[in-house]
Amino acid sequence: MAENSLPLPGSIDLAPERESTSSLVEWLHEWVVTVDHKRLGILYILYATFFLLVGGAEAIAIRIQLAVPGNHFLSAQVYNRFFTMHGTTMVFLVGMTYIFGFANYIIPLQLGARDMAFPRLNAFSFWLTAFGGLLLYYSFIGGGGLYGVGNAPDVGWFAYAPLTARAFSPGHAIDYWALALIVSGFGTVGTAINVIATVISMRCKGMTMMRMPLFSWLLLVVSGLTLVTITPLTAAQFMLLIDRYLGGHFFDTQAGGSAVIWMHFFWIFGHPEVYVLVLPAFAIANEVIPVFSRKAIFGYPAMVAASVGIAFVSLSVWAHHMFTVGMTSFSNTFFVLSTMLVGIPTGIKIFNWLATIWGGKIRFATPMLFCTAFLFQFLIAGLTGIMLSIAPWNWQLHNSYFVIAHFHYVLVGAIVFCIFAGFYYWYPKATGRMLSETLGKWHFWLFLIGFHVTFDTMHFVGILGMPRSIYTYEPDRGWNTLNFVVSSGGIIQGIAVLIFGLNLVWSYFHGRGAGNDPWDAWTLEWDTTSPPPPYNFAQEPEVRSRRPLWDVKHPEDPDWEYEG
Amino acid sequence: MSAIPAIPPAYEGEWRTPYRGKVAMFGLIIGESAIFTIFVVAYIFYIGKSLSGPTPQQVLEVPIFITICLLSSSFTIMLAERALARNRLGGFASWLGATICLGLIFLGGTAIEWHKLIYGDGLTISTNLFGTTYYSLVGLHATHVIIGLAMLSLVFLFTLAGRMGEQHAERFAVLAMYWHFVDAVWVVVFTVVYIIGR
Amino acid sequence: MHRLSSFFSNRSLGGLFPRLALAAIWMPGNGPQATPSIMAPASTPAHEIHALSYFVLSVTGGIFLVVAGLLTYAIIKFRAKDSDWNTEPAQIYGSTQIELAWTVIPVLIVIVLFLTTARLIFAIQDAPEPPSALNVMVIGHQFWWEFRYPSFGIVTANELHVPLSSDRSQVPTYLSLLSADVDHSFWVPQLAGKTDLIPNHPNSTWINPLQPGMYIGQCAQFCGAQHALMLLRVYVDTPEQFAAWVKNQQLPAVEDPSVIAGRQIFETQACINCHTIQGTVATGRFGPDLTHLMSRQTLAAGAMANNPANLRQWIKDPDTFKSGCLMPAMQLSDQQLDQVTAYLLTLR
Repeated sequence: MAENSLPLPGSIDLAPERESTSSLVEWLHEWVVTVDHKRLGILYILYATFFLLVGGAEAIAIRIQLAVPGNHFLSAQVYNRFFTMHGTTMVFLVGMTYIFGFANYIIPLQLGARDMAFPRLNAFSFWLTAFGGLLLYYSFIGGGGLYGVGNAPDVGWFAYAPLTARAFSPGHAIDYWALALIVSGFGTVGTAINVIATVISMRCKGMTMMRMPLFSWLLLVVSGLTLVTITPLTAAQFMLLIDRYLGGHFFDTQAGGSAVIWMHFFWIFGHPEVYVLVLPAFAIANEVIPVFSRKAIFGYPAMVAASVGIAFVSLSVWAHHMFTVGMTSFSNTFFVLSTMLVGIPTGIKIFNWLATIWGGKIRFATPMLFCTAFLFQFLIAGLTGIMLSIAPWNWQLHNSYFVIAHFHYVLVGAIVFCIFAGFYYWYPKATGRMLSETLGKWHFWLFLIGFHVTFDTMHFVGILGMPRSIYTYEPDRGWNTLNFVVSSGGIIQGIAVLIFGLNLVWSYFHGRGAGNDPWDAWTLEWDTTSPPPPYNFAQEPEVRSRRPLWDVKHPEDPDWEYEG
Repeated sequence: MSAIPAIPPAYEGEWRTPYRGKVAMFGLIIGESAIFTIFVVAYIFYIGKSLSGPTPQQVLEVPIFITICLLSSSFTIMLAERALARNRLGGFASWLGATICLGLIFLGGTAIEWHKLIYGDGLTISTNLFGTTYYSLVGLHATHVIIGLAMLSLVFLFTLAGRMGEQHAERFAVLAMYWHFVDAVWVVVFTVVYIIGR
Repeated sequence: MHRLSSFFSNRSLGGLFPRLALAAIWMPGNGPQATPSIMAPASTPAHEIHALSYFVLSVTGGIFLVVAGLLTYAIIKFRAKDSDWNTEPAQIYGSTQIELAWTVIPVLIVIVLFLTTARLIFAIQDAPEPPSALNVMVIGHQFWWEFRYPSFGIVTANELHVPLSSDRSQVPTYLSLLSADVDHSFWVPQLAGKTDLIPNHPNSTWINPLQPGMYIGQCAQFCGAQHALMLLRVYVDTPEQFAAWVKNQQLPAVEDPSVIAGRQIFETQACINCHTIQGTVATGRFGPDLTHLMSRQTLAAGAMANNPANLRQWIKDPDTFKSGCLMPAMQLSDQQLDQVTAYLLTLR
């Protein structure tokens, strides 16, 4: 074993424990100036969790307003701002930040690296993204513009032209929307570049691309996709600002400009963006499911190929958001086909996960509970996605609550569930303490019930003809009871999330000690202390397979005997 | 104890990964290409659709000279890269200076062209669709030239201060990648605006 | 279950329209209902979509049952037993045959779904307009609908009247869709899928209603503050009803001398800048045509019932009903309000 240069479990920390003598101000200062990927990861995750609560509060307010017809809880104007901010917040300030938070924390550890490729760029990108979010929320106070017209943006997160033109949206609400997202977009691009450089250039010895953990692989794909996804939105927002301030005519239909071209540009961003959001959920599932089934992931090369395939094909489906816009039948048909095609590699992943579980020995700790629910929910979400890809049916379902149900099934049912799984899985690594399993189970079951009460019901109210983006509805449409049910599910989810917050805080102080490797897992992050020292590994690891710790724990049956 | 397989080496041969600076710049170039693509698509989409005002045929003159200057600067920066790699700092400074001069000529030429368009032909960004798409696209490119020139000038100052050496060759190559990208974008913009669009 | 594939296999342009309409009458007809469900079609395009949706639902339902069934089985059968935490199960890294199979089967499913869908896209979108079709121009405004019937010289608002169609006497209505300001979308679920109204981008759609009555819809593309109250009513009239309606709409405004005071207020206030009343000096086009205001059952694009109290309150302060709409409060005195309301109430 002396010749075995794999790091021993429980690496010796060669640096002495540093005495903590800093005052509160010094401690805060450390966090503000840090370039350590683990601290930046935690900052991203704390930021995302804060805005999850804010966005969630906006959602609860929306659902209270819609719980009964003709309600006066929110006025029309306030409602329109809330649903716009809810969508914008959840996509940019929660989704993207959770993704880059987890990526930042975990990728260098999984690759056996000391930090990300560009630590200072990492910090700069975080603060840009954070500032962008604050700029967006400042609009509630500062968006007043001339004569007090304006406020937070109220045009939907998709901000269709020409509603966003100066003529129809006076004041500065739209400007805050555009500028905030441009600024935070630069931060996003910076982190994406950082992830790509880290994955390509910072892998430890022996970790070829096909020996990387799938979490890191998928985040490489996500980062590459981000580079060509966020940038069209940035471009379109620059064009919008040119129209609003320099008298440009990009989307000025009075001057011969096109409202449809905004839609094209927005959805060329918007569709791949949802794959940017969902692939990291797959990445988390790819780590959790094998460990809790006690089996290697089934079909690693296929999972890599499917992820890369999804990223490329997702760039060709955007106009399935525009089936009702009046494109030619040929164009509509093309986008039906491309959308169905992207469903194939996505569906295959579900089969790979099923095959991973199959023949395993499943342990239903909280991370696995969330991932199991994810599997069922993502299956349903994918199938309602296929329904929406059927263009003639889309002509009925588009902009109805059926669409909202579908995309929340993906965003909450798949992505949020996997983020929760990731929390329960890696919180011990980051803090050295286990999250409470009891509170975890309460969190899971309440959230599961609330989620299904809300979003299963929501499909039906869409089929009954209720459109989206409406602050109230007529009482005789037959939507009353269903809306009330949808709203009650929201309250249940809110309670579950509060229990989760409680768990995070309580466990930080009273959680059971975790040790290096509480889950008996196989990737390199479990080979160092919990939390890891600032330099991550005492010696640079060397790996010979996809599961280096499996090889250490099972020297008679190492993975490198079986991997091609 | 059952037979434990002999442990193979982690990797056959030397373990090398690509230089992270180049990877990062490659990523930046991909992202910027996407932004330019959107502006180019908008330009092409709106060709011939202006409801009024001067048309490209009426006011645009093909900027052959400044194009040659800018594309030559790709050549001079390549020579600068080589000089630095061989630690020939005098040559490096000269070729770098030449690159900056050629870039400045390009910007100057653009400024002159715009002056003529605005004051001579009355074409501004708000005049019509052609004005909007033209100034946005060419302006976005010019902005990238300015940023590139700023970085190159910074390096030039470091050279004058004697702080550049062959150990910086890899990093300078990253900056040169950016400059080549800016030139390549100009080839596309030039083709779309002055050849296809006229 | 209707065999769409064989039905559409002989697609010839001239015969396509009657074929679609014929398919519609095979299915149980739905009358108008208060709930605008997409599963209660009453017009040919909605019927076709409904049929396709059942086919797709059965395919996706089948996929769900198989995959969810396997998942359920797996999580029950392969749960670790408490006694069994010391050994690891057999490690399976992959299987080329299985992976190939579960790639090929989805591809085949996609091919079937795609071909079925493609046929219907062309059938609905490229259905040639028969000469008997009625043409209506729909112009979307913030937050109301303008309807123009060029062949009859009629302009009205918010409540669309169309003739009943049937297999024997096909009178579909073709709607050309325009917008005066921002994006809107015309959606009456029981009659057809929605199509957007986009400025500088004319669209068109068609309905072929097979049951008379009043159908509910509303704008389905967020268009600003009062998007939620940009409601839509489509009255599918029998031929007699439709003829009577057209005849009434073609008349100029009723001139009732007893409400001359109200008329004078209307014509001297800014009302005439936005509204048209045929045969008077009011020729504004920014707001709805009021010539036959009292022939409509609702006001403000369906926001409230058309009765004297609501009408008076609307004129007094539109924000009471539709805060953020573009009609200003006219700052009239109570007496002026009474008189103007009385005048408008005569415009049948």
